[in-house]
Amino acid sequence: MGWAVGAALAPAWAQSQVTVAAASDLQFALEEAAALFERQTGHRLRLVFGSSGNFFAQILQGAPFHLFMSADEQFVFRLADAGRAVDRGRLYAYGRIGIIVPKGSPLKADGELRDLAAALRQGRLRKFAIASPEHAPYGMRAREALQHAGLWEAIQPRLVYGENISQAAQFATSGATDGGIIAYSLARAPQVAALGDFALIPESWHQPLAQRMVLLRDAPPAARAFYDFLTTPAAQSIMVRYGFAMPR
Amino acid sequence: MDWTALWLSVELAAATLAVLLPGGLWLARWLARTRFAGKALVEGLVVLPLVLPPTVLGYYLLVSLGAGSPIGRWLLQTFDLRLTFNFLGLLVASVVFNLPFMVQPIQRAFEAIPPALIEAAAVSGLGRWATLWRVELPLAWPGILSAAVLTFVHTLGEFGVVLMMGGSIPGQTKTIAISIYDRVQAFDLASADRMALLLLLLSLLAVAASFFATARLMRPRA
Repeated sequence: MGWAVGAALAPAWAQSQVTVAAASDLQFALEEAAALFERQTGHRLRLVFGSSGNFFAQILQGAPFHLFMSADEQFVFRLADAGRAVDRGRLYAYGRIGIIVPKGSPLKADGELRDLAAALRQGRLRKFAIASPEHAPYGMRAREALQHAGLWEAIQPRLVYGENISQAAQFATSGATDGGIIAYSLARAPQVAALGDFALIPESWHQPLAQRMVLLRDAPPAARAFYDFLTTPAAQSIMVRYGFAMPR
Repeated sequence: MDWTALWLSVELAAATLAVLLPGGLWLARWLARTRFAGKALVEGLVVLPLVLPPTVLGYYLLVSLGAGSPIGRWLLQTFDLRLTFNFLGLLVASVVFNLPFMVQPIQRAFEAIPPALIEAAAVSGLGRWATLWRVELPLAWPGILSAAVLTFVHTLGEFGVVLMMGGSIPGQTKTIAISIYDRVQAFDLASADRMALLLLLLSLLAVAASFFATARLMRPRA
């Protein structure tokens, strides 16, 4: 009986659509690129945003995604090794991180984190947000940058962790923290930019955010069309506008 | 406002009710009427989803029904059936986590019926079905109603289990509660506000309506 109810209620179009699992740093850039693709081709896309590490685990459990756009290439390689992906995928962008400081925060937005270091020393830092360094690539890079600046040990009691980089950005700009380390691509979106000041952290302070995407088993032709579309100049110019660097 | 997500939640709540109401009635009546060794264990199992953190329940369902598990592989190979990251999977999860909300109030209602009434019905020549239909169900009705309302509202708002095993797929597993979470992360607080308020009003309305109906049912007839 449960099966009959489920089959009757699941919308019929659900099967024919392309479902994309995308890292949260793509929240705004990919919405725009996807809208352009839908206008040009008439295909319909369903975008699901989250942390790359969670998507990796869900895909291993059989989640029905067609395209996985990771913020990190290791997850893609591990899926390929596990036989879940059609190949080893393609680099589509390099991401950047930076510090965002909401309006009214005592911190200054300084890319080399000098004011953050001073605030920590003087004990005036309350809370600071990053994405989870366990499974979110932007959290891993934030940890590396804080380690590079020699702040990792001291800042840990002050950290709050977002489940993915969007949530970290939400925490960092809500006023509940003094700031946080977030993706440049989110800070470029008007709705986030309006909430505070942002400064890029030097690229040399962390491992590159080599963002790789891969088609998964059972991906329909429309998924491949979107995959190819994302490396066209039209899509890349959108990505560049959101602060991504393009792979050569 | 994410109407797709709201509709999906309503569908899930209705489907859960359709599966759980007959099953829950039977289980509750059996538990109310029968004494046997190990009854406490069965009652404990029924209540377990109430005390278990939803993420723990969701995690167990994910790993036990997922493509990587023996059960998941068997279902897939034998029936071509997947129970994770789709509506049917959410329905299975929803039936499990609503079990205590459905069974407990109905069981209490059946237990409150004096055995003398059932005996009187038998003496008067009523069969088992007629007794159930004309004596027990009318008396247990307030309990059944509040169980159904609780189950419905609880399904609308469930978050942890759906987060763990749903995958947030629009039209399939992205329920209203997940959509609120999603909108907050997309810095779309206006939508989150509207949906949160709607969920609050729906829940309040449903619970208040069930209290109102129960009070009317319980009022002694003049």
